[in-house]
Amino acid sequence: MPKQSKSGSQREILRKVLRYIHRYIGLVIFSIILAAFICAFTLYLPILQGRAIDQIIGKGAVRFDGLIRILIVMGICTLLTSLAQWTQNVINNRITFHVVKDLRAEAFRKIQSLPLSYLDAHPSGDLVSRMIADADQFADGLLMGFTQLFSGVLMIVGTLGFLFSINYILALLVLVLTPISLFVARFIASRSYSHFKAQSVIRGNQTALIDEMIAGQKVVQAYGHQDAVQKRFDEINDNLAKTTLRATYYSSLTNPCTRFVNSLVYAVAAVCGAILVIRSRISVGQLSSALSYANQYTKPFNEISGVITELQNAIACAGRLLELIEMEPEKPETETPKDPETFTGKVDLEHVYFSYVPERKLIEDFSLNVEPGQKIAIVGPTGCGKTTLINLLMRFYDVNSGDIRVEDTSIYDMTRNGLRKGYGMVLQDTWIREASVRDNIAIGKPDASDDEIIAAAKQAHAHSFIKRLPNGYDTILHNDSDLSEGQRQLLCIARVMLALPPILILDEATSSIDTRTEMHIQHAFDRMSQGRTSFIVAHRLSTIRTADKILVMRDGHIVETGTHEELLAKGGFYTTLYNSQFAAS
Amino acid sequence: MKNLLPYLKPYRKECVIAPLLKCTEALVDLFVPLLIARLIDEGIGTKSTSVIITIGLELLGLAALGLIIAMIAQWFSAKAAVGFSSKIRSVTFKHIQHLSFQSADTLGQSTLITRLTSDINQTQTGINMTLRLLLRSPFIVFGSVIMAYQVDPGSAWIFLLIVPLLAIVVYGIMWITIPLYRKVQGKLDKVVGISRENLTGVRVLRAFNLQQHETEEFDERNNALTAANVIVGRFSALTNPLTFLLINLATAVLLYVGAIRVNIGNLTQGQVVALLNYMAQILVELVKLANLIVTITKSIASASRVSKIIDTPSDMAYPETSEAPFEDGSVTFDHVTFTYQGAGAPSLTDVSFTARSGETIGVIGGTGSGKSTLVSLIPRFYDATEGSVKVSGHDVRSFTESDLRSHIGPVMQKAVLFAGTIRENMQYSNETATDEEIWEALELSQAAEFVRGKEDGLDEIVEQGGRNLSGGQKQRLGIARALVRKPAILILDDSSSALDFATDAKLRQAIKNLPYPHTTFIVSQRISSIRHADHILVLSETGELVGDAPHDELMKTCDVYREIYKSQYKEEPVNA
Repeated sequence: MPKQSKSGSQREILRKVLRYIHRYIGLVIFSIILAAFICAFTLYLPILQGRAIDQIIGKGAVRFDGLIRILIVMGICTLLTSLAQWTQNVINNRITFHVVKDLRAEAFRKIQSLPLSYLDAHPSGDLVSRMIADADQFADGLLMGFTQLFSGVLMIVGTLGFLFSINYILALLVLVLTPISLFVARFIASRSYSHFKAQSVIRGNQTALIDEMIAGQKVVQAYGHQDAVQKRFDEINDNLAKTTLRATYYSSLTNPCTRFVNSLVYAVAAVCGAILVIRSRISVGQLSSALSYANQYTKPFNEISGVITELQNAIACAGRLLELIEMEPEKPETETPKDPETFTGKVDLEHVYFSYVPERKLIEDFSLNVEPGQKIAIVGPTGCGKTTLINLLMRFYDVNSGDIRVEDTSIYDMTRNGLRKGYGMVLQDTWIREASVRDNIAIGKPDASDDEIIAAAKQAHAHSFIKRLPNGYDTILHNDSDLSEGQRQLLCIARVMLALPPILILDEATSSIDTRTEMHIQHAFDRMSQGRTSFIVAHRLSTIRTADKILVMRDGHIVETGTHEELLAKGGFYTTLYNSQFAAS
Repeated sequence: MKNLLPYLKPYRKECVIAPLLKCTEALVDLFVPLLIARLIDEGIGTKSTSVIITIGLELLGLAALGLIIAMIAQWFSAKAAVGFSSKIRSVTFKHIQHLSFQSADTLGQSTLITRLTSDINQTQTGINMTLRLLLRSPFIVFGSVIMAYQVDPGSAWIFLLIVPLLAIVVYGIMWITIPLYRKVQGKLDKVVGISRENLTGVRVLRAFNLQQHETEEFDERNNALTAANVIVGRFSALTNPLTFLLINLATAVLLYVGAIRVNIGNLTQGQVVALLNYMAQILVELVKLANLIVTITKSIASASRVSKIIDTPSDMAYPETSEAPFEDGSVTFDHVTFTYQGAGAPSLTDVSFTARSGETIGVIGGTGSGKSTLVSLIPRFYDATEGSVKVSGHDVRSFTESDLRSHIGPVMQKAVLFAGTIRENMQYSNETATDEEIWEALELSQAAEFVRGKEDGLDEIVEQGGRNLSGGQKQRLGIARALVRKPAILILDDSSSALDFATDAKLRQAIKNLPYPHTTFIVSQRISSIRHADHILVLSETGELVGDAPHDELMKTCDVYREIYKSQYKEEPVNA
C-alpha cells in the first residue's frame, strides 16, 4: 500500500539522504568532474570532425598535414573520453551499491530493535518491499539522476555554446525549434495516460479474478463451474485487450512523432546552414558539426525530464525507507543489567496494567505469584487477550505500570536477551524458516548433535513424518506448501524439546494436532515440565486440567483464577466454557 | 515454446506488414545522408539556393512519409502483440482451470498467478518490440553498409570491419553479464529471504536471542550481493565507452581514407559527410538492438514459462462417454494405494472397504494420516496410484468428468467462498438452482437463520474469500453449496470444525434425514462427529486402514480408535 511518507518534505528527505552519500563524497566529486570532462570532449568531437571535413576540400586540395593533426587530436580525445566514461560508470556503480548496502544494513538492524507493537501493526510484505525494492529504486534514481542531470545540463549549455560559436542564426533556430519535440512527447503522454489508467484498473480486476479463481480452483472444478468462470474471465480479458491496444498504440506514437520533429529541425538547419555556407558565413565542416549538434540536442532534454520523474520517485522511495530507519526503537537496555545466572522458574506479576491502545483497557491491576515448577494455564474464548500475557512475560511488550519479576528481579532490570534465555516458547502461529528440518529444530540450540535433534523430534512425535519427507532431516522446507499446519506445530514443539528452557510458554501449541498425538505430546510435556514453570494457553480444556492455577480470561480481563476443581465449584464462566466442550457428545 | 506460435497465426498479416513497414521507414532514414551529400555537393557546390530549398523540402517529405509509415506500422504491431497475448491469457487460464489437482499442486498457486499476469505482459511487450525493431535495426545497420558501398566502395570496407567488431563488443559484454546478473538475482533473493524471515519470525528469533546471529548472517548476504553487483557493473560499464571508442576511431580512419580518395578525385566532400552520417546511424541502431535483445531475452523466458503451463498435460484422462450410467452412491476402494507426486512415502497404503448407498461413513485418524486424501479420490481429484476406486459399481475412471462430479458434493476443510452474492455462491454447484432449492439447502446446513438475518438475504454480498463471514458461517455456506446439487455422495471433510457442538449435532441429524438417497462421508478429528456413523474407517499414521466397523465394535477391537477416544473423553462432562 503506497503511503504518503511521514518523514518530512522532499527537501528534508533529500537532506537526510545526502548524509548517506556524504560518506562517499570523494567519489561523488570525482564522478562530477569526470562528467564535465566527458561532456566537454563529447561536444568537442563534432567540431573536430567539422574541421577535418574542411581540410578535405576537393580533388588535389586536401590538406593532409592539418588533417592528420586533427585526427590525432580526435583519437586522443576519444581514448580519454572512453576511459573517463568507464571510470565514471564504475564509480557510480560503486556509490550506488554501497549506499544501498548501507541503507539495507541499517534497516535490518532497525528491524531487530523495533518494538513488536510496530512490527505487529505493519505487514511484513510492506517492510520487505521498503528494504528491497525501495532501496533499489532510490539508489538507481538518485545517483544516476544526479550524474545525468548534471551532464544533461552541461550538454545543453555546451551544445548551445558551441552552436553559437559556429553561427548565431543556426543556434537560434535550433534553440527555438527543438523544444517542440518535447511538447509533442508530453502531449502524447498525456493522451495515452488516460488509456493506461483504464488499463491498470481493468488489469487490477483481472488479477483479482485470477487470484480468487486459482485459490478456489479445487472448488470450481469440484462443481464443474469452469465454463462460467471462463466466460467471466474472457469478458474482462476482451475489455483489457481493447484498452491495452489503445494504450500501447498511443504511447508507441511518441517515438515516430518526436523523430518527425527532429527531422524537421534537421531539415531547417540543413537548408539554412547550406545557405549560410553559400554566403561564406560558415564552412561545410561547420555545417556538418552544426547538424550533428542538432541531432543530439533533444537527447539531454528527454534525459532530464526522465531524470526528474525518477528523482521524485527516488525521493519518495527514500522517504519510505527512512521512515523505517527512523522509527523509534525499543526502550534501550538498562545500563546496569542484573541478569539471573540460573533460572528456577519463579515469576511474579505485581499490579500489572497494560493496554495496546490507551482507549481500550485490557489488563488492569493484575497480580500473580508463580512458584518454581508450577503449571499455569490461561483459558478463555478466542480473542480475549490470552496471548497478551505472553507478550508481557517475554517482554515483547512492556507493561504500562506495575512490575514483572523473574527470579525476584524486575525483568526491566535485565537485558532482553538475559530474560529470554530463561524461556522456551511455542506459538500457535507456527514459523518455519527456509532451511533444512534439522536447522529448523536446532534453532534454539545451534550446536546440538544429530542424536539430540532426533531425540527431540521423537519426543515431539515429529520423527515419523520427518522420516517420510523426501530427504528426511535434510529436506529443505519452504514457507507455505510442504507441511500441514499440524506438522509445523510438531516441528516447533521439537525446537523447545531440544532447547529445554527453564520456563515453558505454550500458546495454543497443539491447536492443529489431532487429539491422539496431542495426548502423546502432552505426556512428553508433562515429563519435561517436571521442575519447570510452564504457562499454557489452550482452548482445549482437557489439556489444562492438571494446572496448578488456571486464569480464566474474558474480554481482556482475568475474571476467575483457581484450580480446575475450585473453578468448577464456583460454577462461573469457567464451568460454562468447560461444559460447552462436551455438551453435545 | 512452439505451442504458443499457433496463436500468432490469426495475426500473420500484421506480423508481416509491421516489420515490412518499419523497414520501409528505415529506408527513408537511409536516404537522408544521401540528400545531405547532394546538399553539400550540388547545392553548395553550385551555390544554388533553389537546389538547397528543393533538397530541404525533400528532407521534409521524407520525414512526413516516415511518420505516416511508422504510425501504420505501430498500429499493426500493437494489434498483433495485444491480440496474441490476450488470446494466450484466455487459453492459459482455461488450461489451468482444467489442470488436475496433482498438476496444479506441483505448479503452485503463486506460480500460476505470476505466469498469467506479469509473464504474459512481458511476452506482449516482447512481441511488440520484436515486430517493430527486430528487423528494423539490423536493416538500418546493413542498409548503412550497403549505402556506404553505393557512395564509395573504396572506403566502405571500414564499415565491413567496424560492424562485426561493434557486434562482438556489444554482444560479448551481454554474453558475459547475463549469467552474472542471474547470480546477482540469486543473491538478492537471499537478502529478501532473510529479511522476510526476520519479520515473520520475529517472536521466535527474539525468544531464542538470535538477533546478533541474524544480523551477521544478513551482513554477509548483503555484502555478497554488493560485491556481485560491483563485479557485474564493471563489465556492463564497458559497453558505452567501448562502442564510443570504436565508432570514433572508425570515423577518424574514414576521414583519412576519405581524404585520400577525395584528393585523387574519387570522392566529394559531401559524400564524406554522408559516410560519416551512416557511421553515426550504425552506432545508434546497435545500442537500440542491444536493449532490444535484453527485452526479447526476458520475453522469451516469460513466454517459455507460460508455454510450460500449456504444456503441462492434465494428467487425468476422461472417456468421451461414461461406460455405465451413474446409478447409486455406493463407493468401493479396492486395494488402493496413493502417493503424492514427489512424496517419500505413500499417504494411503492398500486401503479396501465398501460403502453401500445410503450409508454414513466416518473417517478418523491422526494428523497427516490420509483422511482427506482418501475422500478426495472419490470425485477423482487425484487418481489412485495402485488399485481402483469404484462408485456406483464402476471404476471412477470410466465416467465422464461431469457424470462423475455432478453426483458428488464435496465440502473441503477450508471453506472457499467467492466474491458475489450468497445466491451466486450457492449456484456454483448447480447453476439452475431456484431460490426455493437454495433455501432448502441453507435450512439443512443450519445456515438459513443467519442468512435470513442478513439485510439482503440471498443477495447479501460475500467478499472475496468470505472475509466478511465468520469461520462457522463460511463452513455452513460451504455445506449448503454442496447440498444445492442434491448429491448422491456427500463428502464432509472436517468441514464443521468451526461449529459448536450443538450446531454440529443438528447438522448431522439434518444430513442423515435428507429427502433423497445419499451416501455421506464424514471426515473428522472429533469422535462425537462420527460415532453414530454406520461404520467408521480408522487410518493409522502411515495411511493404513486399521479399523472399519461401527463405534461400539471399534471400541472393542481397534487400539488406535480407543486411544483417540480416550484422548477426547478422559473425563465425563460435568453436569451433562
